[in-house]
Amino acid sequence: MSPILLDPGALALAALLVLANAAASLALRLGLGRKLVTAGARAVIQLLLLGYVLVLVFESDSPWIVIGLMLAMAFVAGVEAVRRTTRRVPGIYKSSLGVVMVSSMAITFYALFVILRVEPWYAPQYAIPILGMVLGNTLNGISLGLETVMAGFDEKRAEIELLLAHGATRREASREVVRRAVRTGLIPTLNMMVAAGTVSIPGMMTGQILAGEDPMNAARYQIFILFCIAGGVAIGTVGVVFAVARLVFDDRDRLRTDRIRHLR
Amino acid sequence: MLYLQCAGLTRRPWFEGFELELEEREIIVLAGPSGSGKTTLLRAIADLDPVDSGEVFLRGAERMTMAPSEYRSKVIYMHQTPVRLAGTVRDNVAAITGLGVHDSRAPDTPPGLGADQDANQLSGGEAQRLALHRALLVDPDVLLLDEPTAALDPDAARGLEATIQDWVRAGHAALWVAHDPELAGRLGARMVRFP
Repeated sequence: MSPILLDPGALALAALLVLANAAASLALRLGLGRKLVTAGARAVIQLLLLGYVLVLVFESDSPWIVIGLMLAMAFVAGVEAVRRTTRRVPGIYKSSLGVVMVSSMAITFYALFVILRVEPWYAPQYAIPILGMVLGNTLNGISLGLETVMAGFDEKRAEIELLLAHGATRREASREVVRRAVRTGLIPTLNMMVAAGTVSIPGMMTGQILAGEDPMNAARYQIFILFCIAGGVAIGTVGVVFAVARLVFDDRDRLRTDRIRHLR
Repeated sequence: MLYLQCAGLTRRPWFEGFELELEEREIIVLAGPSGSGKTTLLRAIADLDPVDSGEVFLRGAERMTMAPSEYRSKVIYMHQTPVRLAGTVRDNVAAITGLGVHDSRAPDTPPGLGADQDANQLSGGEAQRLALHRALLVDPDVLLLDEPTAALDPDAARGLEATIQDWVRAGHAALWVAHDPELAGRLGARMVRFP
């Protein structure tokens, strides 16, 4: 069964649904009219552009172009993870970029080479969506972990310094803060796995079913991608939390909360 | 024996070229106006904050030659307001005795306190006793005391002074920041005026 193609007329019909938002904005005087137009237009432009870029990448059949796009995606995710936090410490961008690159690439290549054994390995139909799903979720875990770990060092300074003053190493003194931050970063992914398939049909599975895939195979792909995401989030969150736990201490294991800058 | 020696310690804008020699079984009372940097100095000696220049020797060894955790377990800074970790008195003691730098030993309870008392419900005097107990469990050479009796009633303050004095006489040393002009006299200690 081949999927029904969406032509511009069909998309225009879909756009009518946004009128419900417009009606709500008018009736309740939310003043969201302009935002609504911008948001809708951005969604259309961004997704169509993404579609065009992917068509070009798919047609190029070049591993370099695929790798280039993958690196660009990981770069944007690494920067965005930090931008979502309200505190900064020198070196945080470098750490976030490094961790996102390593964790997302490791997971994607494991999926391509070991699990799926894609031929050729860079087939963009697999490489790009897998990396995209992993990055999108790693981003959340990392920014949650970052925010929690920096807030933890700020708020638990007295407790950490008490332990340091009694002979604790940097690792011992920061153990509680690190634990809490990693836990906070991982919980959304765990919740996602618990709710998968009960609260809603996950996005990727929905897409595959709409595109005509056998629902059982779509379910298997969804399971596979959930585990990829879980792995990426775990490596990414642990990585950045440990990186921050280094950056806020100096070479004599002194807690340097003066290095943490608040944005608001 | 010379326990602690500070040579030319500088951390601008608080102190420049600070010198101090603290002998075994000696208490030095450090006095000076509020905001003159006494806490900053104690924290710098404890290696909790960096200095611009200068050296600190512990029993003749420059502290940079020691691991930070090793040095800080021998020269303990006690916060002005006792830090209470979440949980009970026992939890507070166990958090310290569980550190790798110490021989693991059963956490015992400070005299007069219950092991299951909530640390956050302790009075100021009790919290200060808990803090001193935690510090002494680590068996340091030197205590850096930041006005430990400032918030206590006279009886509790005398009790704490006596405990510390006994401990120093048993072969240790203390550097004691205080506002009380009579403290040095009561302890028979040398007083150093901080600029």
